[in-house]
Amino acid sequence: MALSPDDRALLAALEAGLPLVPRPFAALGERLGLAEHAVLVRLAALRAAGVINRAGLIVRHRELGYRANAMVVLDVPDAELEAAGRRLAREPAVSLCYARPRRPPLWPYNLFFMVHGPERLATLRAVHAVLMRAGLESVPRAVLFSRRRFVQRAARYAPADAGPVEAAA
Amino acid sequence: MQETAPTLAPAPFEPTPLERALLDRFQRELPLVPRPYAAMAEAVGASEAEVIEALARLQAAGVLARVGVTVAPNRAGASTLAAMAVPKDRLEAVAGLVSSFAEVNHNYEREHRFNLWFVVTAANRGPVEQVLASIEARTGLAVLDLPLERPFKLDLGFPLRWR
Repeated sequence: MALSPDDRALLAALEAGLPLVPRPFAALGERLGLAEHAVLVRLAALRAAGVINRAGLIVRHRELGYRANAMVVLDVPDAELEAAGRRLAREPAVSLCYARPRRPPLWPYNLFFMVHGPERLATLRAVHAVLMRAGLESVPRAVLFSRRRFVQRAARYAPADAGPVEAAA
Repeated sequence: MQETAPTLAPAPFEPTPLERALLDRFQRELPLVPRPYAAMAEAVGASEAEVIEALARLQAAGVLARVGVTVAPNRAGASTLAAMAVPKDRLEAVAGLVSSFAEVNHNYEREHRFNLWFVVTAANRGPVEQVLASIEARTGLAVLDLPLERPFKLDLGFPLRWR
């Protein structure tokens, strides 16, 4: 689905979040010169097309006590990548799973997934359980815990004059 | 906008039953109706005003980033995950430089030789590459460019386990 300038402007206007007022879509539309109904129809279409992959409460997990966030990276043979990714995606503890390119010799890993937990040991146990079930326990890997967060904000997909949008990346 | 976590983490936020119900039910189910907070209120047995107040409290506590949407990667523009191996004594400065680009929307320190990880997003691939090149030029450090090749699972929120 190609995004129209109106779609981009709408996603950009949503970047700061939906206002906490009784008619938030009307308020959003007012800023864009769109009727409330038009805003709702466009958002429903963007969601149905998969451009919007999630609409709802965007939560900061650290503030809820989920401090041990592990990015697990694996070097999976190319022929097994698809099956491994699908198995990991089925795991409830895995919140994100992506294939990304290797950059030899600096970076040998091609499959990424994310696990959040209240503390390190619990997260490591969850990672281990996931790897065992997916049959990936002997694949070369690294577990990268997050430390400081320097930035977490909505992404800017739109050109500077149109404003930003949140990425799922 | 730069956030640096304090050395000692504060105690986790303790949500009220209404706040928990909202966090449990609406991470991916924003009602696309004229009065979404009234629809949420009906689902959890509260009033619209109580829901708005609870969401405002969650936002003030930093638990709720916003009520909003996430866009599937590369559907509305181009993005990449980038990583750098930064010498420890330069990490603060390099992270500050990286954060100063408006195109950078996540920027984390991680425990690895590649210790700085960030996401660069723009309307198309050109500006993404310009940002990476500019960071390399200004730091003299290599930047790994790891664009998404295939998503197996996107961020759909996740069930919170309440103690």
